[in-house]
Amino acid sequence: MRRVVEVAAPLALVLATALLGLAVSTALQTYFLDTLVKVAIVVALYVFIGNSGVLSFGHISFVALGVWTAGILTVPESQKNAIMPGIAHVLLHSNTGNVPSLALAAVVGLVFAFAVGLPLMRLSGLAAGIATFGVLEIVNNVLRYDNRIGPGLNAFSSVPETTGIWQAAIGALICVAVAYAYQRSRYGRQLRATREDPAAASAAGISIYRQRLLAFAVSGGLAGLAGGLYVHLLPIEIDSLYLDLTFITLAMLVVGGSGSLLGAVVGALAVGGLDSFLSAAENGVDIFGWHLDLPTDTSALTVGALMALVLVYRPSGLTGGRELSFALPRFRKDGDG
Amino acid sequence: MTVTWQTLADALSLGGIYALMAVGIGLVFGVLRLVNFAYGQLIMAGAYAIAYASVWGWPSWAGILLCFGVVLALTVLLDRLVFRPLRTHSPAVMLVATFAIAFLLQSIAVISFGQLGTVASSVGSLNQPWDIGGVEVRKIAVVSIVIAAVCLALLQLLLTRTSVGLHMRAASMDFRTARMLGVRANRVIGGAVLISGVLAAISAFMLTARNPQVTPIFGLDDTIIVLAGVVLGGLNRPIPATLGGFTIGFASGILGGGLPTNQSQYLPTFLFGAVILVLLVRPNGLFARAGSEERL
Repeated sequence: MRRVVEVAAPLALVLATALLGLAVSTALQTYFLDTLVKVAIVVALYVFIGNSGVLSFGHISFVALGVWTAGILTVPESQKNAIMPGIAHVLLHSNTGNVPSLALAAVVGLVFAFAVGLPLMRLSGLAAGIATFGVLEIVNNVLRYDNRIGPGLNAFSSVPETTGIWQAAIGALICVAVAYAYQRSRYGRQLRATREDPAAASAAGISIYRQRLLAFAVSGGLAGLAGGLYVHLLPIEIDSLYLDLTFITLAMLVVGGSGSLLGAVVGALAVGGLDSFLSAAENGVDIFGWHLDLPTDTSALTVGALMALVLVYRPSGLTGGRELSFALPRFRKDGDG
Repeated sequence: MTVTWQTLADALSLGGIYALMAVGIGLVFGVLRLVNFAYGQLIMAGAYAIAYASVWGWPSWAGILLCFGVVLALTVLLDRLVFRPLRTHSPAVMLVATFAIAFLLQSIAVISFGQLGTVASSVGSLNQPWDIGGVEVRKIAVVSIVIAAVCLALLQLLLTRTSVGLHMRAASMDFRTARMLGVRANRVIGGAVLISGVLAAISAFMLTARNPQVTPIFGLDDTIIVLAGVVLGGLNRPIPATLGGFTIGFASGILGGGLPTNQSQYLPTFLFGAVILVLLVRPNGLFARAGSEERL
């Protein structure tokens, strides 16, 4: 019973967002779609960061690879030469449909994360943070300038925009389900044990390296899938898959509470909602007769301030790093940080 | 790859600036275990101070003074509002917090000064070339090499010959033991934060002279590279951190100036590839002492 409640809460939140998105106008729906894709990215981040307690700045590079894979595979062959003038021959003639492109995006994310994690997961703490940041830099740099493999500085235009509300919702639901299945599995539990006390965990026979690598690969796969959803949503540039996206997704995870799946989903929805509202207000909106017109970048300002405030006053996030349960909260002597 | 004297001087000066920034980041890390991702935005604030002073027609010394004032005020403010409440948290939490602060300051800059940026013309004259024995070298290159060398020498004196410096080094080795032995925590941390602010102001001046176009992302790329350099050298002690900063600045100066454009656009790939390799072989940095590694 407890399990059902735990996993139902994040799933229901995603579903409710999707249903709400169906009810609003097409212009507003864009924000819901964007937020659902962000949920998928944040859940992917959570699978590694939340369960292992190790920081990664590199996950947006897996998203970028998912974007790249799904983008390359679905731009119509007749338009590939126009958008990507220097594209290699192999990539020019490889095309698939929508669902295979998403699946392959996930596979590429998974394989790349595994390959990168193979050496990198030996690191921990700040070294891991900087090294994963290096991965982000390198992937961004190569995808941005190498015209043989992609559009370079151009956007992935003419990718079929198949990510409607259902595709986005199903993608996000898959991410949540995989994340939950992983965290309840023996591997997920082992990794969470290493997060709480690495010395005790490895004394109990858990290989920290292997468990982290597994989580890194799984979360890389989910991030790749999210990237695939993203490129099917709007014409995306590689440049937009860099520090800003890293920041906003990390902010979502931290604000929601990186210790629980519910936290990841709540954070993504709360910050996503706030961010969408403020971005809309930057272009001017009317609310109950009031006209609101905010200067550009107000949303980044607010999210940055919110993230700093949460870190200072409630470092375990809005959900306190707990899943939803109907049991009475037990009193603890020390915080569960 | 061709390396001219100009490239060499530029690389040396970039190495010098990055070394100063590395000390600024490394000192604060030493006492607080805090990696300050927002360091670049402090520099950005200082650069805007210089740029606006120049727009208002102030003499350049007044602009530099304003730069120091702004950067130091911001540093102290950040320390009080953010770093102090977070002191007891893990380094990763603090890193994420400074990441947030960096974006906060950047968007404040976008809102108040606009995306396009402002030109700091008052210090632009330092970009003129100097003729040294038939070799043309930009003035700012020579000036920043000298300033960096003087600053580093002063810092070395401060750290090794004064009691404040001794306290700082003790605190960065083992904060708790140092406190038990009578080192005052707030004083040491305040000192380190203040010095890092001064270094940020100096770096802001030199970076603005190199590139007078000040935008909201001014100093961001530099900070990312310096952070990598600091980790590369070894975060725990000032000298390895400085060496790391200098090495990465010098390397990026030489590669950026010496390689043709179609290769130098991959500079971040080379730099971060090297950083990752070094971290894999020596997770505590190139210049770290043996036996100081994190267990597990």
